[in-house]
Amino acid sequence: MKNITERLYNGLFKENPTFVLMLGMCPTLAVTSSALNGIGMGLSTTAVLIMSNLMISLLRNFIPQKVRMPAYIVIVASFVTVVQLLMQAYVRSLYDTLGIYIPLIVVNCIILGRAESYASKNPPLSSLFDGLGMGLGFTIGLTLIGIFRELLGSGTFLGMNIPVFTDNFTTVSIMVLAPGAFFVLACLTALQSKFKAPSATNRKNGFACSGNCHSCKDSGCSIQKSFQSDLTEKEAAK
Amino acid sequence: MSDNLYTVSMAPHIRSNASTASIMLDVAIALIPSLVFGIYNFGLRALAIILICVVSCIASEYLYEKLMKKPVTVGDCSALVTGLILAVNLPSTVPFWLPVIGGAFAIIVVKMLFGGLGQNFMNPALAARCFLLISFASLMTNFPVVDGVSSATPLTSLKSGGSADLLKMFLGTHSGCIGETSAAAILIGAGYLLFRKVISIKIPLSVVLSSAAFIALFSALNGSTVTVPHLLAQICGGGLLSGAVFMATDYVSSPATAPGKIIFGILIGFLTALFRIYGGSAEGVSYAIILANLTTPLIEKLTLKKIPVKKEALES
Repeated sequence: MKNITERLYNGLFKENPTFVLMLGMCPTLAVTSSALNGIGMGLSTTAVLIMSNLMISLLRNFIPQKVRMPAYIVIVASFVTVVQLLMQAYVRSLYDTLGIYIPLIVVNCIILGRAESYASKNPPLSSLFDGLGMGLGFTIGLTLIGIFRELLGSGTFLGMNIPVFTDNFTTVSIMVLAPGAFFVLACLTALQSKFKAPSATNRKNGFACSGNCHSCKDSGCSIQKSFQSDLTEKEAAK
Repeated sequence: MSDNLYTVSMAPHIRSNASTASIMLDVAIALIPSLVFGIYNFGLRALAIILICVVSCIASEYLYEKLMKKPVTVGDCSALVTGLILAVNLPSTVPFWLPVIGGAFAIIVVKMLFGGLGQNFMNPALAARCFLLISFASLMTNFPVVDGVSSATPLTSLKSGGSADLLKMFLGTHSGCIGETSAAAILIGAGYLLFRKVISIKIPLSVVLSSAAFIALFSALNGSTVTVPHLLAQICGGGLLSGAVFMATDYVSSPATAPGKIIFGILIGFLTALFRIYGGSAEGVSYAIILANLTTPLIEKLTLKKIPVKKEALES
């Protein structure tokens, strides 16, 4: 149980894919022009992430090391196809808005990243909750960006007019265009950093991740831990 | 013994008296004719817009540096020039909150976030203009009425196949942005800058000549006849002259090498002609300049003269 909550907390805050890991930037920038699009994209990615993490974790002892990437892609692509067909059947308008970005979930680096760094090394239940945590973290990131872009760019909230706001406000069209996504993402990441939200890159002792795991002395970092264990494995193999 | 003491110091031994502030003040002085003409042409509202732009830029720089606990650099006058150039690029009809946003964007996002003066990768004022143009397209192209006659800007009528009165365009008594209408006033400013050796003729000349050449080429490719008055109207119209003189020559975002300046100018001319002839809107100088700004490091790298080094020195 502790493991499950730890995984959820990890995905939502500590290693939030949008604001901390900076993964999946392509859909983050492309489909967050409104909050509803952000939620839709986030939830469909979450669905794929949960299923693929579970499946890869179950198969982790059967997939040969050398062909693991093609194997992961096949698994992820199958689930993406399922999600795509379901969306086409039941949420047609969302399917039309998200367009090419639904099939592109296959190459979303969050999904392959979690498969490679977590699901392929851990038991099914933890992997499933890792997928859920990461997916929800991604959904929250996309929704937040979407809310700000929609509010500034179209003057609406979740597609609804806000009486006082919509009438007295000139919309900033650049916010619903591509540059707006960069502005909002940068501002939110800066805020997250400023207010020292709990994350892998924001430590209490002022430690900031420089991305250089080789010389890193921080034993509390899960990325650093897996890096060190990989290193010792390689040396043992030699 | 004391008679034979020499002051030993590193080169350079002869320094110019020019400082950042003196150069920026020269640019500000050169902008005065255009801005004064803008006030004459568009009325006191233009003066209000100019003042708001300047105050917004200087206040943004001051507040940012105070909040970030950095040394305050308002004294180098670069924020003043950014504000003036932003005002040159705005129509006088915009609501008063728009230059405030523009000034804050220019200084905080484009200049200070990248490390302040000398680190900005594109011209702050022009980046702000493009930001405003994309964000508030209808407000930014709502050009004012001049002499009681409401008419399209000369460039817009040229784009739709009409002609333009050349003398009127040279003097500037037509509609447009505050500081870009009068070719004569811009040329006075350019003369001052060249006389003070603040800018070299290379960038403005190559921008103007190459854009004329490429506009002629693209128009010919489009099947329309190219006439000299048409080309002159294209040069005097819109922001081409003010862009070439005041914005493309920005020290920070234009190449420092002599051949680089010419390549940079030709690139701006090419992009301007491309946007004007094939683009959706009549004007494209500001986009051309900020896109060319991005290539500045590359141009400098390619055109930097290599100092010949003897083989023996390299081997040791």
